[in-house]
Amino acid sequence: MNRYPVWKYLIIAVAVAFGLIYTLPNFFGESPAVQVSSAKATVKVDAAVLGRVEQSLSAAGVAHTGIQLDGASIKARFGDTDTQLKAKDAIARALNPDAAEPAFVVALNLLSASPQWLATLGALPMYLGLDLRGGVHFLLQVDVKGALSKRIDATVGEVRTLLRDRNVRHAGVRRDGDLVEVRFRDEAMLDRARDVITAANADLQAVPGPSDGAERRLLVSFKPAAERALLENSVKQNITTLHNRINELGVSEPVIAQQGADRIVVQLPGVQDTARAKDILGRTATLEARLVDLTAEAQSAVTGQGAVPFGSELFRQGRGAPVVLKRQPIFTGEQLTSAAATFDENQRPAVAISLNDAAGRVLREVSRENIKKPMAVVLFERGRGEVLTVATIQSELGSRFQITGMESPQASNDLALLLRAGALAAPMEIIEERTIGPSLGADNIRQGFNSTLYGFIAIAVFMVAYYVVMGLISTVALAINVLLLIALLSLLQATLTLPGIAAIALTLGMAIDANVLINERIREELRNGATPQAAISAGYERAWGTILDSNITTLIAGVALLAFGSGAVRGFAVVHCLGILTSMFSAVVVSRGFVNLWYGRQKKLASISIGQVWKPKGA
Amino acid sequence: MEFFRIGRDIPFMRHALVLNVISIVTFVAAVGFLAARGLHLSIEFTGGTVMEVAYPQPADLPKIRETVGGLGFAEVQVQSFGTARDVLIRLSIEKGVTSAQQSERVMTALKRADPGVELRRVEFVGPAVGEELATDGALALLFVVIGIMTYLAFRFEWKFSIAAIVANLHDVVIILGFFAAFQWEFSLAVLAAVLAVLGYSVNESVIIFDRIRESFRKHRKMSTPEIIDHAITSTISRTMITHGSTLMMVLAILIFGGPTLFYFALALSIGICFGIYSSVFVAAAIAMWLGVKREDLVKPVKKKDGTEPELP
Repeated sequence: MNRYPVWKYLIIAVAVAFGLIYTLPNFFGESPAVQVSSAKATVKVDAAVLGRVEQSLSAAGVAHTGIQLDGASIKARFGDTDTQLKAKDAIARALNPDAAEPAFVVALNLLSASPQWLATLGALPMYLGLDLRGGVHFLLQVDVKGALSKRIDATVGEVRTLLRDRNVRHAGVRRDGDLVEVRFRDEAMLDRARDVITAANADLQAVPGPSDGAERRLLVSFKPAAERALLENSVKQNITTLHNRINELGVSEPVIAQQGADRIVVQLPGVQDTARAKDILGRTATLEARLVDLTAEAQSAVTGQGAVPFGSELFRQGRGAPVVLKRQPIFTGEQLTSAAATFDENQRPAVAISLNDAAGRVLREVSRENIKKPMAVVLFERGRGEVLTVATIQSELGSRFQITGMESPQASNDLALLLRAGALAAPMEIIEERTIGPSLGADNIRQGFNSTLYGFIAIAVFMVAYYVVMGLISTVALAINVLLLIALLSLLQATLTLPGIAAIALTLGMAIDANVLINERIREELRNGATPQAAISAGYERAWGTILDSNITTLIAGVALLAFGSGAVRGFAVVHCLGILTSMFSAVVVSRGFVNLWYGRQKKLASISIGQVWKPKGA
Repeated sequence: MEFFRIGRDIPFMRHALVLNVISIVTFVAAVGFLAARGLHLSIEFTGGTVMEVAYPQPADLPKIRETVGGLGFAEVQVQSFGTARDVLIRLSIEKGVTSAQQSERVMTALKRADPGVELRRVEFVGPAVGEELATDGALALLFVVIGIMTYLAFRFEWKFSIAAIVANLHDVVIILGFFAAFQWEFSLAVLAAVLAVLGYSVNESVIIFDRIRESFRKHRKMSTPEIIDHAITSTISRTMITHGSTLMMVLAILIFGGPTLFYFALALSIGICFGIYSSVFVAAAIAMWLGVKREDLVKPVKKKDGTEPELP
């Protein structure tokens, strides 16, 4: 009766093997590494860069223990931290010849030292939360209302210019809350204005409002879909901007993600200098468009033969040719309302730019006077400008125009991104901040590990003393529970935090309940005079229903924590829920497997080693 | 080894009234503490800044208080954290000053007083986030209560479901009462512990109810209080051993887990101790008073064709 079919033993064996393989990477520790990633949206990390990194290492005589291209970054491992530092210098010198203007982020990192075959199986060490490895966590609230308000302000100007250009006479355009109100003296003008506005900008809707005395009113607003898109874009744009800025910090694995509708989480593992991090997150980069100085003096300055003329400046396009631009900007990034990758009429990649009304008017005048002359777009960051593109003005430009001359749709995408990334779309505010020093992280790991270990030992000693062989089997099942739980956490790459470690400990403390239930039931059956084999069978079967019930109630609490929890609570809940599931398997299926192996084969089993079974006198 | 050598059923239900009076007194005291002193909520709920700093030598708290107090923040709390070398500084939210500026000013002042000081951790929570967390916490509690009640009503009977939830919510209130009485810090982790305990001690009630149902079927001649006594007596050994094991683990966290997990483990310890008491003495008694009968649990079997699911 206490025999498992072979397939059940196989399932247990497979589960234990799975547990071992996926838990294994956690034991290898970490090896020092250097990580190379792109510092600019226009620079890609690819096989060519990998070659350069390898070359620079061999040129410097630095031995590495492994180097690979992993997604958008290159990771090189080294034997010790001294070599790591030397390698970082060598790579940085080779990839960023101009230290003031790095194209790549070369950062120190710690990578799992587990062998490659484990990584190919997807077996990675657990992903440690910031409270365990140290770092900075920010939660930023994006002021989407502010972004919308900015757009409405810009729309007032747009509408005014549009009506003037089309000779639609109105009695005033002004902002009224989230609406733009246009007044008219007669109905015909109002109708024409409505057609003109909706035809010119598909994002806008215009509805006649109640008339105010003799004046008719037209209420212009954003379509709900356009408004939503605007809000979504402003959050996305802020994330892009943050990405670009954080690249400067040289963080190896930053996390920048949207949380909810209007929040952004930024996690910078290993960063200690929070003041600098905050400074960089809050900084603005600006974009400017300028005319190219075509005078003879300027052209001689380009070839390095003369001084740059007064009123002009020398810039470089990437690491390419220098170009002399006039100091006076045509428009700046603050006046940019959107930038999107698109195609021009000849199907060449282009970036569609739209400017606010004031900048549009200036650009129109400037471009009319400078047809067939080059204009440059410059991105200013950290007080230095870099020319993004130089394009020839083909015709008179307005508030909406295109920049062409990109090599590929990819390049136009990058440029649009960069133009948008120049400034934050909407103001942001830090609403949550957490900084954990590396020593505290190490302490937390040690304390969490120790408490789990000591608790486990205490339970194991008690179980073996009280239930003898059955207690030993329960303890082994509990150990397999830990193995499976850690393997699952490693496989899912769920973030392990200190409350998560506490959840592992607590789950173990609760999981032993199932084995206590089973063992007590078996004792009870023995007390009532059942044969040992019958007692094992009845004990497991009767206890199962109870175990299921009690685990379901615990799981309800766990799921509630998962659904409503955030931060520390969620870290606890994930581990807790997974732990309940693995404990049901290990306490019932695995422990039964051992019992069946141990006792099940003995046809004439005289007794079970489950400690003393006391019988009341006279019973 | 066998700890519980009980020959005859212990007449728990005969003392049900006394046990419940004890329970009610503790409960009222807990509510009183909650009302009078309130919970000492962590900055996760109230908003504010917490800094943890470490000194190479035991910290001079009065001097640190003086240093930080001299900066002119509205509300400053300085206390030692875990060891004598670790210090926790709490600052309330101030208009016009960002958390970054706050923590930097404190650090600069502390560095000036003692260059050996090391910043271990800064946490800042804005007021809006705090409110959200409090709402989410309340929602989670509600979800757990409704979820467990529904499950028990479906699995057993509404009388049991009410008895279990009353008994276990009384545990929750008592844990909160302890936190209010001693003004221990109530953080998100403590809230997680409270909810975990709620799920855990409902287990206990479930196991006793399971036995009650089984005993109703097996022993047709016993009265309801006798059945309950029998059920509790036959599960008491398992109850004590399980809770003992869980408590060993929780005590390990309490002792070795460091200051961050201290109150979390403390809430669990109190919850587990009161969980035993309420499941054994309170839940079954309430079910008895609600008038639980054999017919509620043992549905009349029409035919012996196995329509009635086998007992666990």
